[in-house]
Amino acid sequence: MLRFAPLLAIAVLALPVIAGLAGTLAPAFGYLPALGGSEISLEPFRIVLGQPGLLRSCLIALASGVVTAAISTALVALFVGGWSETRTFRLIQSLVSPLLAVPHAAAAFGLAFMIAPSGFLARLVSPWATGWTRPPDWLIVNDSLGLSLMAGLIVKEVPFLLLITLAALPQVPLAASNRLAGSLGYGRVAGFLFTTWPAIYRQIRLAVSAVIAFASSAVDVAVILGPTTPASLPVRLVQWMNDPELTARFMASAGAVLQLGVTLAALLIWFGLEKLCAMATMRLCERGPRFRADAGIRMVALLAMATTAIAIFGGLGLLALWSVSGLWQFPHVLPASLSLRGWQQTLPGIGDPLTTTVTVGLAATVLSALIVVASLAREQETGRSGGNRALLFIYLPLLVPQAGFVFGLKLFLVHGGVGANWAALVFVHLVFVLPYVFLSLSAPWRAFDRRYEAIAAGLGKGRGTTFLAIRLPMLSRAILAAMAVGFAVSVGQYLPTVLIGAGRLVTITTEAVALGAGGNRRIIGIYAFLQMLLPFLGFALAALVPALLFRNRRAMKIA
Amino acid sequence: MKTVLAALAAFALSTTLATAAEVNPADWDAVLKDAKGETVYWNAWGGSQNINAYIGWVGEELQQRFGVKLVHVKLDDTANAVATVVTEKAAGKDTGGTIDLIWINGENFASMKRQGLLYEPGWATQLPNWRYVDAETKPTVTTDFTIPTDGMESPWGMAKLVFFYDSARTDASGLPDSADELLAWAKQQPGRFSYPQPPDFIGSTFLKQVLSEKIADPAKLLEPVKPDEFAGLTKPLFDYLDQLHPYLWRSAKAFPKDYPSMSQLLADGELDITFAFNPAEASSAIANDLLPDKVRSFTFSGGTLSNTHFVAIPYNAAAKAGALVTANFLLSPEAQARKQDPGIWGDPTVLAMDRLSDKDRARFEKLDLGIATLKPDELGPTLPEPHPSWMAMIEEEWAARYGVAN
Repeated sequence: MLRFAPLLAIAVLALPVIAGLAGTLAPAFGYLPALGGSEISLEPFRIVLGQPGLLRSCLIALASGVVTAAISTALVALFVGGWSETRTFRLIQSLVSPLLAVPHAAAAFGLAFMIAPSGFLARLVSPWATGWTRPPDWLIVNDSLGLSLMAGLIVKEVPFLLLITLAALPQVPLAASNRLAGSLGYGRVAGFLFTTWPAIYRQIRLAVSAVIAFASSAVDVAVILGPTTPASLPVRLVQWMNDPELTARFMASAGAVLQLGVTLAALLIWFGLEKLCAMATMRLCERGPRFRADAGIRMVALLAMATTAIAIFGGLGLLALWSVSGLWQFPHVLPASLSLRGWQQTLPGIGDPLTTTVTVGLAATVLSALIVVASLAREQETGRSGGNRALLFIYLPLLVPQAGFVFGLKLFLVHGGVGANWAALVFVHLVFVLPYVFLSLSAPWRAFDRRYEAIAAGLGKGRGTTFLAIRLPMLSRAILAAMAVGFAVSVGQYLPTVLIGAGRLVTITTEAVALGAGGNRRIIGIYAFLQMLLPFLGFALAALVPALLFRNRRAMKIA
Repeated sequence: MKTVLAALAAFALSTTLATAAEVNPADWDAVLKDAKGETVYWNAWGGSQNINAYIGWVGEELQQRFGVKLVHVKLDDTANAVATVVTEKAAGKDTGGTIDLIWINGENFASMKRQGLLYEPGWATQLPNWRYVDAETKPTVTTDFTIPTDGMESPWGMAKLVFFYDSARTDASGLPDSADELLAWAKQQPGRFSYPQPPDFIGSTFLKQVLSEKIADPAKLLEPVKPDEFAGLTKPLFDYLDQLHPYLWRSAKAFPKDYPSMSQLLADGELDITFAFNPAEASSAIANDLLPDKVRSFTFSGGTLSNTHFVAIPYNAAAKAGALVTANFLLSPEAQARKQDPGIWGDPTVLAMDRLSDKDRARFEKLDLGIATLKPDELGPTLPEPHPSWMAMIEEEWAARYGVAN
């Protein structure tokens, strides 16, 4: 049985992507007979490259990927280094972890209302401190350099990387390393970066790459916070895809290929940066400075971490307030009146989307977890991880911009007579959920100390018993965390759900974006709340179950 | 690559064979019979809660009266629905399509008509309720952006460009009465006017309004644009925008995304003048606590753009009978009167009052159009929509000039 698990995983990941890519690549080179393209040509690329402001769109996408990953990773490293095993760490950890459950779009809306010139921060200080009775005409949200966009991405990626890091922490001798570095006179942060971080980074490296791929091709956050003159490449890509003119399809497909190149370029730049950082760390390490005075940098890391939590929670709190507010004008800090109109209008229609979201999410997550655990168990038996080729398969769905290959995939499904049904939707979600589950779980799985199993074998226990009694329980925290990530990914899927569900199967997220298109902050608030609630429940379960299971196992607790 | 192409060609060429009895709109009893038990997937913009609620009401009535189940597929852009039909046609799915009805007009309709993606000509004029439609004084119910509808879409509501301001902040006496006066006004109030970024529908409408006012020969706009004349004829528009942009909100480095975002900016006090395509929009927004109750409307005495929005049926719709019944119900005096109520939606009717029975006319006469809505005789003259080809070229030129403003 296990033998087929890796094959199954590869089939689930690769077939849809390859089919979708074929449906993207062929039109990119002018070939799609049904739309009147019967000759291979570079014309679509010529048209794309001739689009005004294309270079700038590409650069924004590229910068979003690299900058977001750099700042998020640095922040997580400094924070874990500076504060692990402290009460503050646990406090911030419990504050930041739930943020992972917040869908990108909801976080972006919340952030936008915080920082806009007519937003909450400006209202707090107006008019008594600023003299503003009208909002100032300042370009903050949608700024030309994409700084708001990157901020919106960072506040969402930091919790993701922190959670992945926390899942990796039990696999490294953190406390012992800290003590050792401390006894040699190193400051906390430097000691951590020199001893523990390289081992952790090896485990979270894939997750960081996923962050780059996501940030460089994000559509929803870029629509809300990103520049518009011109917009970043992924946003324009979706616009081209939705152009009712047939000929735009060819150009859009070429654009999707370009997006693939931009994402790849961002990854390559990152790999270069990795090398530089490793070299710099090595040099510093060899020269021997102890960096004892790191109170400043620790404080910066703590403040930055707290800011991400406050920014999102504050923003969501404000959206929640909007959902029950009457008219709420600048510079009022609080709404003039409250009203339940929004909820009354929204709740009656919420049943179907809610059911679809939960059932599809659960099915995709459970299937993913089964396939991933089986594949990893098989890998452990054979000792073959499949190497880089297998990794490429896992990365395909995360690296290829959704807009590109999902349109192509839909072409295949529609032709195959597969309409908008529940199973098709689960299948498409599986394509995106499985990689995240795999990425979240593979590192802790592989880092598992196999001596435990050796001891079990030495005590005469069979493979099955060892697996069920030793490995599964000890990795249950990591498995559940991976499933929670998977469920959150499923809940947040927009484009694949809209395309494959064809509007017949709607989820909270597709409803949120469709209604959010109207810019009504009350409705956005209601859906952001619902969108957040589901993944949050998932993460709460993932945290609660191990805590209950291991309430009398001290060594299974997180520092 | 070769095998991929071969596979692609194979599936592109093959077609799905299915035999479905075609409905005949002329035989209405048969249509009603066919429609019973069908599910109609209506793809319609879902960005406005009050419109969604109205569509929800339509669904309840259809279920009760005709046994038709209506599902509102909420779109954030109608072009997505067109793209879906394009994809289905490309995949050879010529029957049993996923869309039964689309809320549509303008370039989306023109595009679908040109590509043969619409259900047969003449179905709309065969609907029983077509007899109430005002095709005489509202020529746009049969001519959509200069394109003859040929009965391939059924009118649903009327639109006219009107402007809004907050009378608590802005003095009514200084309001502009033309595009030129608007420019002068913006220069005096820098940063307090903007328009949704084209190709947003409302943003493009603003550009067409300015062009209609500034072009030397407006008759040119009713014909397809000739590419070699385009630069010369639109020069007044782009000269105008060149002058206007430095005085726009955010100095034209960013634009509101769409009408609702622009309306939110009026409520936030960031903008002083906004506009919409529905004369009752402000009254409706006030009723829903989205705008302060001091907001009022005005238009240009020289006229503003006006058009009609429709519903259309894709050629491969699975529930054509149900879609016909839905389109017919949308034209009923009862549904049209409810739609025109600003407390519900406020969208003007396409029906002719003199064709209605006394009872039905009374439904419209008793409507309170709302404090911020102009009376029909205050709405000013109407300007026709240019041919859709203008919009496409203007949007392209706009993107090249201002879409990369930084």
